[in-house]
Amino acid sequence: MTILFFLFAAIILASAVMVVSARNLIHAALWLVSTLFGVAALYALLDAGFMAVVQVVIYIGAIAILFIFAVMLTRRELRDKGPALNANWWLSALISVLVFGGLLFLLSAWSGFSKASAGLPSGFDAVGALGEALVSPQAFVLPFEVASVLLVAAMIGAVYVALKQK
Amino acid sequence: MIPLSWYLILSAALFSIGLFGVLARRNAIAILLGVELMLNAVNINLVSFWRYGDVTQMAGQVFAIIVFAVAAAEVAVGLALIISVYRTRKTVVADELDLMKW
Amino acid sequence: MATETLIWLLPLPPVLAFFLIVLFTNKNKAFSHTIGVGAAALSWLGSMVVFFRALGVEHLGEHPFASSIPWLPTGETWLRIGVLIDPLGAAVLFFVAWTIFMIFLYSVGYHNFGQPEGDHDRPGLQPHGATVTDEHGHKHVVPSVEPMYSRFFAFLGLFAFGMYTLVVSDNLLTLFVGWEIMGLCSYLLIGFWYGKESARNAAVKAFMTTRVGDVFMLLGIAFLYSATGTLTFREIFTEEVLHALATTATPILGLSAAGLIALLLFIGTVGKSAQWPLHVWLPDAMEGPTPVSAMIHAATMVSAGVYAVIRMFPLLTADFDGHTLTTTMSVVAFIGAFTALFAATIAVAQNDIKRVLAYSTISQLGYMIAALGIGAYVAAAFHLITHAFFKALLFLGSGSVIHGMEHGVLHTGNHHVDPQDMFNMGGLRKKMPITFWTFLIGGFALSGFPLITAGFWSKDEILADAFGHGHWAVFVTLAVAAFLTAFYTMRQITLTFLGEPRTKEAEHAQETPWTMTAPLVVLAFFAVTYGWVGIPEHFPLLGGILPNWFHGFVGSTLTEEPEALPFNFIPLMTSLVVALGGLLLGWLAYRNVKTPAEDKLQIPLLKNKWYFDEAYDFLFIKPAYWFAETFVYKWMDKGVIDGILHAFGHATAFLGTWIRAYIDKAIINELMGDGSARLTQWFGGRLQPIQTGRIQQYMLASLGVLIVVGGLMFSLLVK
Repeated sequence: MTILFFLFAAIILASAVMVVSARNLIHAALWLVSTLFGVAALYALLDAGFMAVVQVVIYIGAIAILFIFAVMLTRRELRDKGPALNANWWLSALISVLVFGGLLFLLSAWSGFSKASAGLPSGFDAVGALGEALVSPQAFVLPFEVASVLLVAAMIGAVYVALKQK
Repeated sequence: MIPLSWYLILSAALFSIGLFGVLARRNAIAILLGVELMLNAVNINLVSFWRYGDVTQMAGQVFAIIVFAVAAAEVAVGLALIISVYRTRKTVVADELDLMKW
Repeated sequence: MATETLIWLLPLPPVLAFFLIVLFTNKNKAFSHTIGVGAAALSWLGSMVVFFRALGVEHLGEHPFASSIPWLPTGETWLRIGVLIDPLGAAVLFFVAWTIFMIFLYSVGYHNFGQPEGDHDRPGLQPHGATVTDEHGHKHVVPSVEPMYSRFFAFLGLFAFGMYTLVVSDNLLTLFVGWEIMGLCSYLLIGFWYGKESARNAAVKAFMTTRVGDVFMLLGIAFLYSATGTLTFREIFTEEVLHALATTATPILGLSAAGLIALLLFIGTVGKSAQWPLHVWLPDAMEGPTPVSAMIHAATMVSAGVYAVIRMFPLLTADFDGHTLTTTMSVVAFIGAFTALFAATIAVAQNDIKRVLAYSTISQLGYMIAALGIGAYVAAAFHLITHAFFKALLFLGSGSVIHGMEHGVLHTGNHHVDPQDMFNMGGLRKKMPITFWTFLIGGFALSGFPLITAGFWSKDEILADAFGHGHWAVFVTLAVAAFLTAFYTMRQITLTFLGEPRTKEAEHAQETPWTMTAPLVVLAFFAVTYGWVGIPEHFPLLGGILPNWFHGFVGSTLTEEPEALPFNFIPLMTSLVVALGGLLLGWLAYRNVKTPAEDKLQIPLLKNKWYFDEAYDFLFIKPAYWFAETFVYKWMDKGVIDGILHAFGHATAFLGTWIRAYIDKAIINELMGDGSARLTQWFGGRLQPIQTGRIQQYMLASLGVLIVVGGLMFSLLVK
């Protein structure tokens, strides 16, 4: 298990680094796909099977594809010739490192930091419970519905914003 | 076994890398990619906490699903915005989009 | 009514007349003169009652009519004022009442009551005649009524009030009040025709000159009050007080307190009675209407001066031993005798009928003053009263003459002829007989024509006193002055009345109405008879027939009745010689003189009054004007005071502009106001580049700040 974790972690981190440093946008998008695969695997490791599948289908299948489509379809117009990073990249790196360090410092002060995982209860249907939670009025049906409204709004918004004005 | 801390460190690292991408990349679309990384780091965090907490409480996963939805929405709108901005400004370099100034 | 109450009321009618005329009847001439003459008549009536009651009192000198009230509170005591009629007061009251009454009556005619209003008469100028057309269509000019008729009677009433107050008062304070009221009225009346510049100047001159005397008099009164604590005559003239004053020494000229006070009070008289050196106002005062001249120069004001000295006689003679004159008395005698001669020399060369009389008054007052200086109390009082009668007579007579001449002037229409110039007159005895005879009586009285005129008796007594006490200088001076007096009087009568009219105007002169001639007759009566009440006992033939009532009566005012002098022929002879000789010489010299050129006595020195006016102008007037115009006005007021104000103004302006430039503009505006704005602008300018519009830089900044602040807070708060 641990080996799998390290493997997946390495994939995720290495792909992420490539995402942020690839000059060619298509490359960056593809490296994103890789990262997302790694994350999905991690979900599976965390016994969140539904999440893993949804990750692949939605994130990779929709969002990353959307990226690639957008880049591809507008490659001629949106081609970028300059360097990948802007002038302040070193400051950004510094800030990122500091943020990382800060997060770790804060987390390490938390008592539950090194918790071990408990086993799953027997006969626990994670997906079923998730499904129930999503549609149960006592649970999270409202955020679920609102999320769908959000998607509609986003869709309309995106169409409207990107529409070529005649 | 894998302690929770590893997952948290991983997500913190992923988050930082994503942050670096947002802060340092010139191309606007690349910035969006960075944002995706950050969101994924958040999701890892959420699911980890679900798994290492009370498993019967689905809130962690539900939250993560909502984050999916939001991420999708955000990418769609973001790309639409970039296209629209390109039409008027003829550029996608973030540094050149500096109208919000004095 | 009790006599004392009556005495209190005597001054009241004239002052009521003043207020009534001023407030109510100013527009109506008939009402005004009725009120005026009526008031004078009332006071005259009251005075006669008082006088005759006074005659009936035994030893009036010891028990005079007296009444006083406490008036000013002065700490523990009161300053009292009141009335007093002792023998001197009674005698003076008699002539004051008669002369004032006569003058009021005379004024009705003098100011042409009943005549039409003038063609172009204006208030402030003399009336110039009115053209009337009779039934045949002939036009001729008649005298016109005075435009300011009522005003005249109002002022005359106030004047009478002042004199009555002075005569009845029992203390120096109310005496001084009456004195000053008369001073004011002399100003108002001399300047009655205020449209004439010479009249205005004369009024101011009169007031100023008498004021000089009044200041010293006030000093004397103040000194007296501080030395004795009282101003009432009867309290001062007691043995103890007089002795105390006579023995107190003062640092001035070695005079005793009594002598100094008397001298100061005498200076007031020098001013008021126009003695040398303050004589200059009296001739100029002839600018006023003739009744005023009579009032001021005969009946009242100048007499008031002499009366004041007579009143203060006990003080004057407090340290007199009976033989050697004290310093003060010598000064008084000198000024009196000198003035008598001095004024007589000037009168000889005057051509204006009133001027002669003016100088004559000054001269006669000198007689009275000289008499007081040598201690002749009764003689001085006697001459005061007889002089009042015959001088008032002469003045009113001259007024009548002038009126007659003006008639002639209006008839011929030649206004360049001066109706007052004696050389334009002549032969008026035929045209104006009543005036002539009364004037003659008055003139003879003035000259001292023997026996039948009052002036003889009074003048003779003064000369006798001077001779009898061995004051040779005074005797000789007064005798020479008497000679000149007779001479110029006869000159005046000859030129005016005798001979033939020298001008057309004199030919057409007319006698004046009864309101003017009746007073002349009355006064002439007194000018003749009054002398007979004072015939000395030892006079040859006549002495003893009539008792010397006057001497006994008035003499009893003093605590020691002055003794009558033994008779001496020399003063009598002297006075006969000078009087008759002067009259004869005057007639002889002038009966054939027709023009001023033939008059040998028109010497410039005499004509120009010994140049005293010019001297005073140079010594006092011009420096005073210089002081006022240049020193005070130009240098002090405009230069110093305005200079200080301007300096303040400039300084403030300078300070203001400086503050404006260096503090307001430079510091507050520039530095603080604009400076803070510029500072903000500079800061803004410096900070502006932070806002690049680039989101990534914004995020960097915010994250950076987050880390810094978070670290700070963590390190500070989490221990």
